[in-house]
Amino acid sequence: MSKSIKDMGWDELVQGAALFSFEGDVDYEMSQVQPEDRNYAETNSRNAYVGDWRVEKPVFNKDFCIDCQFCWIFCPDTSIIARDKKMIGVDMDHCKGCGICVEVCPTNPKSLLMFNENTDNEEALTQWPEKSEEKGE
Amino acid sequence: MNSKIMDIKKIEVWDGNMAASQAFRQADIDVVAAYPITPSTPVVENYATFEANGYIDGEFVMVESEHAAMSACVGAAAAGGRVATATSSQGFALMVEVLYQAAGMRLPIVLAQVNRALAAPLNVNGDHSDMYLGRDSGWINVSTFSPQEVYDLTLCAFKIAEHLDVRLPVNINQDGFMSSHTAQNIRTLDDKTACDFVGPYKAVNAMLDFSKPVTHGVQTEEDWHFEHKAKQHNAIMRSVKVIDAVFAEFKALTGREYKRVESYGMEDAEIAIVAFGTTYETAKIVVDNLKKEGINAGIIAPRIFRPFPLEELAAQLQNVKAVACLDRSAPGGTVGALYNEIAGALFNSPARPVLSNVIYGLGGRDMTVSVLTGIYKDLVKEAATGKLNGTIQRFVGVRGPELNYYNA
Repeated sequence: MSKSIKDMGWDELVQGAALFSFEGDVDYEMSQVQPEDRNYAETNSRNAYVGDWRVEKPVFNKDFCIDCQFCWIFCPDTSIIARDKKMIGVDMDHCKGCGICVEVCPTNPKSLLMFNENTDNEEALTQWPEKSEEKGE
Repeated sequence: MNSKIMDIKKIEVWDGNMAASQAFRQADIDVVAAYPITPSTPVVENYATFEANGYIDGEFVMVESEHAAMSACVGAAAAGGRVATATSSQGFALMVEVLYQAAGMRLPIVLAQVNRALAAPLNVNGDHSDMYLGRDSGWINVSTFSPQEVYDLTLCAFKIAEHLDVRLPVNINQDGFMSSHTAQNIRTLDDKTACDFVGPYKAVNAMLDFSKPVTHGVQTEEDWHFEHKAKQHNAIMRSVKVIDAVFAEFKALTGREYKRVESYGMEDAEIAIVAFGTTYETAKIVVDNLKKEGINAGIIAPRIFRPFPLEELAAQLQNVKAVACLDRSAPGGTVGALYNEIAGALFNSPARPVLSNVIYGLGGRDMTVSVLTGIYKDLVKEAATGKLNGTIQRFVGVRGPELNYYNA
């Protein structure tokens, strides 16, 4: 798409407001291409920043992470970034702060915790709790 | 074409419902999703019988409501298939939310609508209140006057809706019982001729095209909504070219001619009635009778209710002195829609006929030759004096004191 949808008149838009996900034909195996290498169309919702929907944000502490991938599986917005089965971090452009990743994290202490959106990440890591004696949590 | 061909005679005795069912069968539809309702029940019932007897290659989906029926149609059409359904009245009312979706998403769905009054009081008989309910929904609306026209125009509907310059849903209206349950001789097309006329389905932005993943039914706010509605309006306004072309092709195939505005006796008419549906057929008899008496009467009907043939109607009413616009729908606190639209059509033209609005036939009350003759006789007086005989709006055929509204 050479012209941005923002500059299009009614005559140039796709009829029925259908929105295509990718530029060009997908004549290859999409699952073999990492998101950052995909040719997303302008109208793909990946281009929509929704990070400002958050009130609280998940902070990742890699010191305790066991790369179980629970957060990656459970995140409803595919905002957990993982490569080669290793947890890397959170896509803060699309994470809406629901806290499910924290809820499902099985480590003790947790490797993901919710903090106020305005808390600095380095500061958050200094406030990380100790291992809990209680079983089951 | 469906793999099993039905052996039908060149002339069959079908009612309007069977005419719609047979046109559906011959159009080789991918998905029919429907929830039967009187008086359109037999459209669905007949189609289900065809399916059960192996005459339908496509899917027939029974759903839990008319809202679900139209939703399933929207889904199947977005997926990339030829889609149709049928309904009436309350069922149509339940579909309304999804009608706007279908038109806005530019999905060429065909709806066989058998017109019936809207409750309350509950009523299963024919009037045009359901047709009027859908008039702003963005669907192309076609008015038919007889079972033959239902058959012909349902076949045309697929071709119009699916044309790449149109891609809009089409609603084929017929009068409940007067057309839907009246068996008449129908000149048919054999399965191959009918299917070839409709032509193969051309999918556009289909969800089942995995090489181009696409989202349908998106949200737009003040940034793009207006542009999409403008594009949609332009499509329905420009669809007249396609409608005319499809009608011309149908005439070449069958000899049967359809126009966006149908008229009878209008060549030398001084007085005219404008009306939809089966009333047109009855009025033709009255026009013939009156012409024998030396009264130059005519009947005119918008075959295509939407896109409204404003210019064509205005042109045909230029030499008329008095016009009665007949609305078969309770107008709910104003003049009838047809009156408003004819008045609007004439306002920027030189003609200033005396214009009145007659509300008739609600809930299936018969529109007879004698009632129509009475309306024409009033028009004769109005044409002679150049003034309304009474008020702008009146009711005919209703028991009780006269109902007259709006002084000129």
